[in-house]
Amino acid sequence: MNRIAGPVIAIALLLLAGCAIEPWVKPYERANLADPIMSFNRDPVSASYLHHVYDSREGARGADIATGGGCGCN
Amino acid sequence: MREPLLEILPLRRLALIALLAGIGSPSLLSTNAGAAVLPEERADLLYHSYDGGGAKINGPSVLVRKNVGDAVSVGLNHYVDNVTSASIDVLVSASKYTERREENSLNLDYLRQKTTMSLGYTRSLESDYDATTLNLGIAQDMFGDLTTVSMSFALGDNTVRQNGNDTFREDSQARSYRVGVTQILTTKLIMALTFETISDQGYLNNPYRSVRYVDPSSPAGYSFQQEVYPRTRTSNAIALRGNYYLEQHAALHAGVRLFQDTWNIDATTYELGYTLPYGEDWTLEARFRLHDQGNAEFYSDLFPYQDAQNYLARDKELSSFTSTSFGIGASYDFGRGWSMIDRGSLNLQLDYIQFDYDNFRDLTVSAPVGEEPLYSFDATVTRIFASFWF
Repeated sequence: MNRIAGPVIAIALLLLAGCAIEPWVKPYERANLADPIMSFNRDPVSASYLHHVYDSREGARGADIATGGGCGCN
Repeated sequence: MREPLLEILPLRRLALIALLAGIGSPSLLSTNAGAAVLPEERADLLYHSYDGGGAKINGPSVLVRKNVGDAVSVGLNHYVDNVTSASIDVLVSASKYTERREENSLNLDYLRQKTTMSLGYTRSLESDYDATTLNLGIAQDMFGDLTTVSMSFALGDNTVRQNGNDTFREDSQARSYRVGVTQILTTKLIMALTFETISDQGYLNNPYRSVRYVDPSSPAGYSFQQEVYPRTRTSNAIALRGNYYLEQHAALHAGVRLFQDTWNIDATTYELGYTLPYGEDWTLEARFRLHDQGNAEFYSDLFPYQDAQNYLARDKELSSFTSTSFGIGASYDFGRGWSMIDRGSLNLQLDYIQFDYDNFRDLTVSAPVGEEPLYSFDATVTRIFASFWF
């Protein structure tokens, strides 16, 4: 449990610190970020399937970007 | 005892939990982090194929996602697995089998100002396993839309049966709690942090699967008994991922996930990817993934005697192993300016996975008990799909 708790607390504190900061990337500066190649989940059905392939053969689970409907039997 | 689903069932249990986990995004069908928008209106026709370790699994997946008015998005997904398996487990103590599984899901997203609420329902049916999942999610943009915070909850209810044994029926339930933060850090860097707890209870093992133990009275030197899992399990996973935009119009993707559960499985997964548009219409991809995990505390390839401990497992997914995968993909865009669609794409994705087990032995090879070679296998995963945006 400690292995997970340490990173959670550290990152939560960093995020809280961020609450006090003015937005530093303006909307007109986000063209690169809006490019489809920057998406975490560009093709959801395809990515979801690949995640299931791994989930079905590995003991770890959860915290995937693109999991969803699909089979456990892969 | 015939064991037709020796490999499949525990895997299904694991992935059912993964299915529960899927709500965080919010729902299978949402896309990028950033400003609050409804998921893209699109249709996908996908053919998937897995071939490795004696198992072949393939089938279609069809998704249609459409807006209803300005604030609601509806998604439908139909998914099929056709399974033919003669895996290592099946070869050792059962016979080759075939099976079919079908799953249908409905997802609704509702957008109100900077908040997206999602609701999903998934139903999966096969000969000896039914799974129903309900999920709820909410995502909120804040801090000038630099930050998206999401939370979700999923509830799963499963019925486990055993082919050939009409009196066998067990249930299990799963709950998933997930929190995610996606943060724009610079004009070229966006990161996502996800934490998820999954808790399940009930019948979590496989009615077909066995463990082996030393048995001098057996000609082989060992015998099998049915595995016994705890009836509860809770896991925690945290993942940090980032996408970085490169000057030459390409993207670099990296991520790491830490995992731990009450069965004492520790795992770390690393991901690295590269996406490169080529010309006007092509997008090329390459990716690498490394997964390393330790075994569950009640796992053993060979127990010293029958009923050696309260809980017994010889499921290789609960063993200590490493999986390494490489993937490439190509996407071709078409249809801009067509009257029926905004655009379309044709896609091919290929992945090669190598599994190397540290304490799961290959019993198909004759050797002194406990000295059989360690098992390993590779698999090829193919995805071919067409997508249409409208």
